[in-house]
Amino acid sequence: MIVFDKPKSLADVSMHYCPGCTHGIVHRLVAEVIDELGIEGITVGVAPVGCSVMAYNYFNCDMVEAAHGRAPAVATGLKRANPDSIVFTYQGDGDLASIGTAETVHSAARNENITIIFINNAIYGMTGGQMAPTSLPGQVTQTSPYGRDTSHCGFPVKVCEMLSQLDGPEYLERVAVNSVKNVRNAKKAIRKAFENQIAGKGFSLVEVISSCPTNWGMTPQKALEWIDEKMIPYYPLGVYKDRSANKEGGNG
Amino acid sequence: MAKLTFKTDLCKGCGLCVSVCPKHLLILSKDKINQKGHHPVEITDQSACIACAFCATMCPDCIITVEK
Amino acid sequence: MTDKVLMKGNEALAEAAIMAGCRHYFGYPITPQTEVAAYLAKRMPKIGGTFLQAESEIAAINMVYGVAAAGLRVLTSSSSPGIALKSEGLSYLAGADLPAVIINVQRGGPGLGGIQPSQSDYFQATKAGGHGDFRMIVLAPNSVQEMADLTVKAFDLADQYRMTAMILADGTMGQMMEPVSLNYGEPKKIEKPWAVTGTKCLRKHNVVNSLFLVPDELEQFNFARYERYKQIEENEVMYEEYMMDDAEICIVAFGIAARVSKNAISEARKQGIKVGMIRPITLWPFPKAPMLKAADKVKEFICVEMSMGQMIEDVELAVRCKKPVTLCNRVGGMIPSPEQVLASIVEASKKGE
Repeated sequence: MIVFDKPKSLADVSMHYCPGCTHGIVHRLVAEVIDELGIEGITVGVAPVGCSVMAYNYFNCDMVEAAHGRAPAVATGLKRANPDSIVFTYQGDGDLASIGTAETVHSAARNENITIIFINNAIYGMTGGQMAPTSLPGQVTQTSPYGRDTSHCGFPVKVCEMLSQLDGPEYLERVAVNSVKNVRNAKKAIRKAFENQIAGKGFSLVEVISSCPTNWGMTPQKALEWIDEKMIPYYPLGVYKDRSANKEGGNG
Repeated sequence: MAKLTFKTDLCKGCGLCVSVCPKHLLILSKDKINQKGHHPVEITDQSACIACAFCATMCPDCIITVEK
Repeated sequence: MTDKVLMKGNEALAEAAIMAGCRHYFGYPITPQTEVAAYLAKRMPKIGGTFLQAESEIAAINMVYGVAAAGLRVLTSSSSPGIALKSEGLSYLAGADLPAVIINVQRGGPGLGGIQPSQSDYFQATKAGGHGDFRMIVLAPNSVQEMADLTVKAFDLADQYRMTAMILADGTMGQMMEPVSLNYGEPKKIEKPWAVTGTKCLRKHNVVNSLFLVPDELEQFNFARYERYKQIEENEVMYEEYMMDDAEICIVAFGIAARVSKNAISEARKQGIKVGMIRPITLWPFPKAPMLKAADKVKEFICVEMSMGQMIEDVELAVRCKKPVTLCNRVGGMIPSPEQVLASIVEASKKGE
């Protein structure tokens, strides 16, 4: 009996990601959820600009490649055009939390009935390791070679905390994929984010704390440890908003 | 009986599976090099595998099939 | 709606979009195109359509991209500075071969400029809609009736050629009230097998994309797109010839400038000056052939436009500099008067005497 195999919504191709990059894990989780919910035939994914730009080659559902940061706007169009489809975006931190901040905030404020998978690895991977809106204070990157100096370039953007202040969004959760346990929790969150859309509940965003061994300059294993040591203390995991769960408490 | 199958040619040799195997059964091959130019994962003792799928859970490239 | 009704240009355009089967509109407020949005905000909810005020022009054009990718007719409208913000999306729409209709109710620039009518986005519309090699079909109405008719035409052309079509209007066209007849029949249906409507697990996935990292592949896509553009240049040129049969002077003007020019032509004819006009209705594809033909019989072209001289470059190219082309213009929201145009005609008529 097969207990673990590649999900069928994930294309049978080799992904271009660096060895040990956790994008592959998150892709697989999304595909597993699509399979389990039986929605491959009605799902449309939106790929971002960044390392996961070619995600359109990796999912077997219909896919759209968006301009940098604009995926939530494109998803809004797709969903409004075809409300019966299931629309998700897959975006990195530069895409979602820097150039696309307005699109992110306003799709959340509108409670747009879409699912956003947000990969936070605190760096721009595709362009070669520049400072991201989520790079940690002191973090050395190509464009913060002496470490991120908060007096000069400010503080990281905490997306879940920020969006949780809005009345709009249905569900916001931050997860990580640096251990078996965390990967399993991440899958539960991603599943919930898709189930919410199917139920018509609205905007669901899962922030996934991910690694970038290449640009962090670490082995894949060390990068996963760094998530525990540095990333999670700054970006605590957990549910930041879940309107359905709060309904009874009247805390909309 | 538990069985692991690897799509060896797609392995990037990152070693995440190796690091999470509770039975320490996985290694990166010392002598083989795959199409991609990596030392791919290998299992040292198939019979000791408990099919926990930790390795497959952490594999970013989805190259591991687990049966039991 | 076969009887004529009195409508503002912006509203006639919006109603025509609905009649063309468009049920999705995204925009961001900007003067002087406000009535398009206001009209559709009222109408769309009543007919099961979507009117959504986006957080920015950039978001609006990307929502357009989403609806277009899903295979439905979609509209956005803005005015000059807002169109500049949309140029990212326009380029992506071109790169992904998506049909959409964009309205530019032009105002004076550059920068924040003014809010009065202008034609100074000619370059932007016909040559520089965004980065990369691409074209937009550009239609220039000069009446409320054409605001409506060309909008329907724009949707049909956009779908047929899988590209963006722009209505290049101006504040006057948008605000002007005239009787119009809106009668278009059933919207044209064009199959869109490339649309991302979900695979239903019955076909390979569709991908709407403008990224091609292999240079050879990207080159082929560009070549194929320009083959389509060539067909458009051959088949879709639209223009109006006015009193050109015996004309010795040819005015070239579009939009409101063409209406002003007609008045000036009547006046000049009364004075015995043989002047006519070629009015481009499609600014791209530009009506090069009739101008080149006219160059053999007229002695001078006068380009009347509300810019510092943008279309004049295309006129010079079209007539291959066989005859002089002079500029008669006002800018910054000013409209040339019939007297100013008449003076240019009179001046031209006296040359070589």
